[in-house]
Amino acid sequence: MLEDLLALGDRVIARAKPGEQIEAIVVNETETEVRVFDGDVESFTSATSQGIGIRVINDQRQGFAWAGSLDPDVIDSTLSEARDNATFGSIDPDLDLAEPDGVEMADLVLFDESVNDFATDAKIALALELEAMTKDRDPRVMLVESVDFADSVGHAAVVTTKGIRIGGQDSGCYITAAVIAGGEEETQVGFGYSVDRDPNKLDLEYASQMAVERSTRLLGAVKPQTERLTVVLDPMVTAQFLSIIGSTMSGEAMLKGRSLFADRLGDNVAAATITLVDDPTNPLAFTASEADGEGLATRRNVLIDQGRLHKFVHNSYTGRRLDTASTGNAVRGFSSTPGVGTIALSLVPGKRSQADLIGDIDNGVLIQGVSGLHSGVNSVSGDFSTGADGLRIRNGELAEPLREFTIGSTLQRMLLDVIEVGGDIEWLPSSAAGLSLAVGDITLSGA
Amino acid sequence: MIDQALLEKTLTTATRRGGEFAEIFVEDRQSSGALLDDDRIEELTSGRSRGAGIRVVVGDSTGFAHTADLSESGLLAAAKAASDAARDGTGGVKTVDLSTKTVRSPSPISIYPDSVAKQRKVELLNLANDAARGIGGAISQVSVGYGDSRRRIQIANSDGLLTGDDQIKTRFSVSCVANGDAGMQTGRESVGHTMGFELFDQYDVAELARKAAQRAVTKLRARPAPSGAVTTVIGKGGGGVLFHEACGHGLEADHVAKQSTVFAGRVGELVASPMVTLIDDGTMAHEWGAFAIDDEGRPAQRNVLIEDGVLIDFMWDELRARAEGRASSGNGRRQSYMHLPMVRMTNTYIANGDTDPGDIIADTDSGIFVAQLGGGQVNTVNGDFVFGMTEAYLIENGEITEPIREGNLIGNGPEVLTSIDALGNDFEMGSPGTCGKDGQGVPVGDGTPTLRVPALTVGGTAA
Repeated sequence: MLEDLLALGDRVIARAKPGEQIEAIVVNETETEVRVFDGDVESFTSATSQGIGIRVINDQRQGFAWAGSLDPDVIDSTLSEARDNATFGSIDPDLDLAEPDGVEMADLVLFDESVNDFATDAKIALALELEAMTKDRDPRVMLVESVDFADSVGHAAVVTTKGIRIGGQDSGCYITAAVIAGGEEETQVGFGYSVDRDPNKLDLEYASQMAVERSTRLLGAVKPQTERLTVVLDPMVTAQFLSIIGSTMSGEAMLKGRSLFADRLGDNVAAATITLVDDPTNPLAFTASEADGEGLATRRNVLIDQGRLHKFVHNSYTGRRLDTASTGNAVRGFSSTPGVGTIALSLVPGKRSQADLIGDIDNGVLIQGVSGLHSGVNSVSGDFSTGADGLRIRNGELAEPLREFTIGSTLQRMLLDVIEVGGDIEWLPSSAAGLSLAVGDITLSGA
Repeated sequence: MIDQALLEKTLTTATRRGGEFAEIFVEDRQSSGALLDDDRIEELTSGRSRGAGIRVVVGDSTGFAHTADLSESGLLAAAKAASDAARDGTGGVKTVDLSTKTVRSPSPISIYPDSVAKQRKVELLNLANDAARGIGGAISQVSVGYGDSRRRIQIANSDGLLTGDDQIKTRFSVSCVANGDAGMQTGRESVGHTMGFELFDQYDVAELARKAAQRAVTKLRARPAPSGAVTTVIGKGGGGVLFHEACGHGLEADHVAKQSTVFAGRVGELVASPMVTLIDDGTMAHEWGAFAIDDEGRPAQRNVLIEDGVLIDFMWDELRARAEGRASSGNGRRQSYMHLPMVRMTNTYIANGDTDPGDIIADTDSGIFVAQLGGGQVNTVNGDFVFGMTEAYLIENGEITEPIREGNLIGNGPEVLTSIDALGNDFEMGSPGTCGKDGQGVPVGDGTPTLRVPALTVGGTAA
């Protein structure tokens, strides 16, 4: 498969006219998804999707076109469209494809053969088993709303007229359960999941326990009074915040005056306990990858070093514009040109557990989940407020559940207000890893 | 797109192992976009995606397969995969005879976007950029986007239905950054309709750009938003997001079937203030969520969900409706041929009340006025929802005063619905939206007149 994609890329770039630069990204993905409900298969999806994106740079102008098909006639028209689009772009002497920079690719094993050998019946059985064990786990479980198993195998290639010719394959699968707990008076919902590259390693017990705990422990939740206090962010919540913080450290945001940290390189922007790293070469990361969206090797980049703003991430264009180099952070799918972004973020973990962090707090809240974070954060101004639920922390212990409140601050202040980074790093199915994070001086808005 | 004989053959293949319902959904989508950022036309993009999704329903199980290969062999392979996935095995060949049903689009097109020269689209971007920057020195960055799409669909099913639609949408947006002593603020305006390039006969892009720029500049002097329970007046237009989140999702029949909504079993009951009439209407000409047929081939409908506060009905797709022995309400939608359809909203809005909006403000001693909303999210199981305010002001002694900074508003759907105590007579539809559910995004519209909620929790940072 990979050879086919690379060969297709070769054929596209071979059609470059004199003076013309062409980049082709070609992908193929197969996936299956099983959803079970009430002891039966609710839906089963099996699918293959393919696509190509072609970028053309000619006379210092850029054009792009994509298609969700690899049929030869479609590829012909995609290339013509990209060429035509290039004639309308602004002239920009910095436009160019990535030059090979000699950085060696990490040798990562991101594909597990077992995903191909895992039979359909086994996928269904796994989902049914998770549903059954979750139903019986706790008398307060009212309904297992859905259990999904999904797996995918992806192949992608980037081939360019600059001599880049890179391909990779990866596999992944996950299983999730959504649980509704409670009864007539009140219901709460909770999700649990397990993710791995090998379906045989999915941990049903873990997923089931998580879904049940996260739904049942919110039962009886009350709306808290408004106050300013210390919160502990659950790993999943921390991961969501890290992704947003990562977006402010994109070279594109810096270049275009949209980063609140634009002029702060070298400054202390966070508490000294914070070291923020983007490292797609770490195979533990769900989004680990050997190459970025322009075909350059990914690499470990330290963004914040013990509180000090150390680095922005770049693709080849923002690197060139800002007199630096790509950090291997071009991010894209086949239907877009390369943007800039972090790929696999994590904080360097501390030493203590979540319970230890909670143990130090007299009055606070453990934030179990946030909702509407995407609409509640302005990553340009840094203002944020988000809906949340969680558990009161009183005298170092978890107490009553809380709901229907928001937490708010600014990203700038929050980074400086971090009290402690937990040691409980979790490699979540997202582009950022999670861990418990204690943050002071957060405004909690409730009644 | 696909000829009738091949559609019939595909459906016959899909039901070769049994199943009471089979369907083929064919989609051909073309899109084009242009982006200006940082004073440059960064890129023009063209996209093309076409393929078919085939589903087979056996009892409560659905088998689904999709393919980008629209040849006979590609379609038959997908049909086999879908029938294998549904796993009934009782066999029996069912032949399908299709008869064509044509539904007129509520949104006739005057100027097909692909007939417009790319240069003209680029000119609009430059015009908007110049207008936004013309607002003054505080504007430090401007990004302008143009996009159009044409989505041709064809649907055939084992009930003999053969139908199709041609959906054309055009949109334009301007985002500005303003820089002041206290940091940066942003302002955004976007318009989008189910129409062609005639969109720009209705909207002056320079005017949109100035509004977006002005919004960013105004926010530079915004104070931290208050926190806690606050009387909230939601402005006309985009306030419809409130209802989309507060109750729209909770009225989707798939949530009802699983009892995962607070509104299950409450038809006929008073669930909202008697002022509230909530309608979901896929036939609203040219609105962002409008279409001739839904993605299961059902004609779009105007569905009254809540009338004078009383819950009238839920929204239905084909499968949920079948299970209840009733007709779909034309709410079966999907993101693309690669997705299964499910119950989705179209254009959801609150009908006009009879109060002058000025009186609503004047009658509010203290609170906030939310002029523009961002996205939101709801937990349908308990009705707790959240949405962002992107432009808001304090109300002091019956007057709109200082701008406040961005933040989220939260509340509980059923509580907010019953507590609405003023409804204006200035109904307007809001900006185009994308509603996300179960990983699928579909275009939706929403709208509302000015209205007041006695207490929403504002997630500000001011003590």
